[in-house]
This record gives sequence, C-alpha cells and structure tokens, in this order.
Amino acid sequence: MHSKTSPSVAEALDGVEDGATVLVGGFGLAGQPIALIDGLRERGTKDLTIVANNAGNGDTGLAALLKAGQVRKVICSFPRQVDSWVFDELYRAGKIELEVVPQGNLAERIRAGGAGIGGFFTPTGVGTLLAEGKETRVIDGREYVLESPIKGDVALIGAYQGDQLGNLVYRKTSRNFNPVMATAATITIAQVDEIVEVGSLDPESIVTPAIYVDRVVEVGVREWLR
Amino acid sequence: MAPLTRDELAARIARDIPYGAYVNLGIGAPTLVADHLEPERDVVLHTENGLLGMGRAAVGEEVDPDLINAGKIPVIAEPGHAFFHHADSFAMMRGGHLDVCVLGAFQVSVTGDLANWHTGEPDAIPAVGGAMDLAIGAKQVWVMTDLLTKTGSSKLVAACSYPLTGKGCVSRVYTDRAVIEVGPGGARVLDLFGTTMDELRELTGLELTQ
Repeated sequence: MHSKTSPSVAEALDGVEDGATVLVGGFGLAGQPIALIDGLRERGTKDLTIVANNAGNGDTGLAALLKAGQVRKVICSFPRQVDSWVFDELYRAGKIELEVVPQGNLAERIRAGGAGIGGFFTPTGVGTLLAEGKETRVIDGREYVLESPIKGDVALIGAYQGDQLGNLVYRKTSRNFNPVMATAATITIAQVDEIVEVGSLDPESIVTPAIYVDRVVEVGVREWLR
Repeated sequence: MAPLTRDELAARIARDIPYGAYVNLGIGAPTLVADHLEPERDVVLHTENGLLGMGRAAVGEEVDPDLINAGKIPVIAEPGHAFFHHADSFAMMRGGHLDVCVLGAFQVSVTGDLANWHTGEPDAIPAVGGAMDLAIGAKQVWVMTDLLTKTGSSKLVAACSYPLTGKGCVSRVYTDRAVIEVGPGGARVLDLFGTTMDELRELTGLELTQ
C-alpha cells in the first residue's frame, strides 16, 4: 500500500515554495488547518497568495501568518470581522493586496478549478462593483457574469479523520471549503485529528476521496474538542 | 399603535414565513426571526457554512467550535439536520432552492435593488461574504430594517446611493413603520404600524401607494 502519511507537519509541507498560491480551508476557526498554517509560518515561506474565506481571526493561525509578513495577497469573501485586527492593520498600511469575491463565487471558482471547468456564468454580483470589467451574457432572459476558475499550487485542508490512503471525513460545519479546495491544488496536504486504518472509514461517508489528497499528517485532537 | 420594536418586527416576519419553508436568516437583526418561529411550522433554517436544520445558539456544554453559524456563533443542530460543503451550500442559494431569505440593508430601492455590503467610504475594508449570493438566490428576498437611519434618512429610496449587493432582487421590505412590497412595478404599502400613509410619504420622500 502506498501510504501518504507524513511523519511531521514540517515534512508534509516540504516543497511549498515562496510565491505559492495556497488554498486554505476553514470558515473562521472551524476547519482551519491551524497546524499546517503554523508550519508554513515556521518555515518562513513568503510572498504567498492566500485563498480563504476569511483573512484571519484573532492572533493565531492565518492571522499569525499574515502578521509574520509572509502573505502578499489575500483572495477571500469576508476579511473584515470583529477579530480581524491583524489583516485590518496590514490592509490600511497598504502592506497587503485584497481581492474580495462573493462567497458562493469563491467556492464555485475553486470547484471549477478542481473540476476542469474553464469558467462559468453566474448571476451573483451582476450589476455590482465586483462584476465591473467582467464579461456578461443574457441567458434565458437573465443576466450573468463570467467568473474564472481558481487553482492553488498547494491546498491546506483541515479534516477530522483520514486513512493512510488519504480518504478524508470532516466534522460538522468544519467541512465548509475544505472538500472543494482539496480538489483544486497541485499538492493537497491534509491535517487530521486522527489517522485511521485503511478500511475503517465508511466508504459511503467519505467526503474527500483519496485521489485528491497527496499528504496526510496527524496532528492530534484539537485543544477545543477535548 | 406605535411603530414595532425589533422583536415585534421579527415576530411579524416569522408569521409570514410559509409552513415548511427552507429559510436563510442573514447576520444581525434577521437572526431574531428564529426566536419567533413556532416549531409546528416546520421551517428549516439554512446556514451558508454548510448546515440545513440549524437550531438556536448553543449554551454551556452544548458549545462545539466545529458547529457554528454564518456569524461564527456556536449553535445546535435540529433532528434531521445535514452537513455539506460550501459549493453545495451556495448551489442551494443560487439554484433557487431556498424559499425565503431575510437580510439587513443599508438601502433598498422601490424597484428592489439592495445595498447592504459596503458603504463605499474610501477607508472602508470591503467584505461581502455571502450577501450577493443570498440576494440573487432565494425565491423571495425580504429585508428587515428600521425605516430610518440613525440620522433620520429613509432606507427605502428611489435609487440606492451605496454600492449595490444585487439588482431588483428584493420583494418585500419589513420596517418598524410599514411593510412595503417592492419590485419592477414600484413600491406598494402592505401594512402600516403606528404611521399614516402621509407620514410614511413624508419620512421617505416617496410617492407611495397602498
């Protein structure tokens, strides 16, 4: 059996280069692959473009990576939150680029990236600032705007359990962007609370099939679930 | 009769939601509607981060950081709930599968244009979240808001001056002073709360009819 397990976060992140586009799962802290993000920060990998729903919460995880000055650009739907002070300060100081994308368009652009779709027409954003300069088309009497796929060099995934082959399951609303992002990167790296034996995950319940996953690293039960 | 309080307005909206509807309640005031939904109406709440069958806010031992709503508040899940990923969650919106969505607003135009995501101020950090997807996706998009801003300007306007969230997407506006139907045919007042039609015309500066 070809095992995709990595013995450590540092080894799981091997080969992630400066300037990479990194898809980062999670919605707020739920499903955010914090151990992998911390690993990226410790490696000092820089000049990154981060694709995520948010631009960091509090001072940990994604916020800490931003604070370390390793991120050049964020593509996200909702940067401004009550606890997004790290991003807010960098943005106001002109030290970080921002592309705001409606949340459903963000998910669908990543889905398209992973599914080999060259672009799609969506009604979301028509007639707004976020559709300016984009091609539009009327289909069956309704106006749509053309959106392009997003692909990553790397996807960092926060899952609940994985097996050695890379099959993944998630826990509750920590699923969010993770299964979509897992499909859309050259290298998909998943952190899981627990690695389980091949054959022990219910095949009917596997959310991310192993074909999408390149590396799995066990990080232990997250503090907040204890 | 006086204008409605926030809670009274939330209760009114809850009464207007059809039996068995699939509903998304936006962040902020619209979440109050959930407190007034009678269980026997079998309304199913959707949250954009991947849950159908969302329940009330979690308390004490119920709090699970992996089970949150769109506002990132821990919630509980009702029997029969289902989890799904973000692309599916927004397909439910965009695909017209939600019956009703209730959103807050900075401004709504008489033709149903909605502005609720960005003030357009030069120092504002734009953040759209799921607002644009919700605005164009649900079968009916209702707005819940005070009629007037804190400085006394009408939020119901002839044309929005703030950046738009969606064009012609709102069908009904629930305010503390009136319920107003909006759309291609213009605005029509459906109900008044402690306010006469003349007062409503004066407050909004609009030629409103019943």
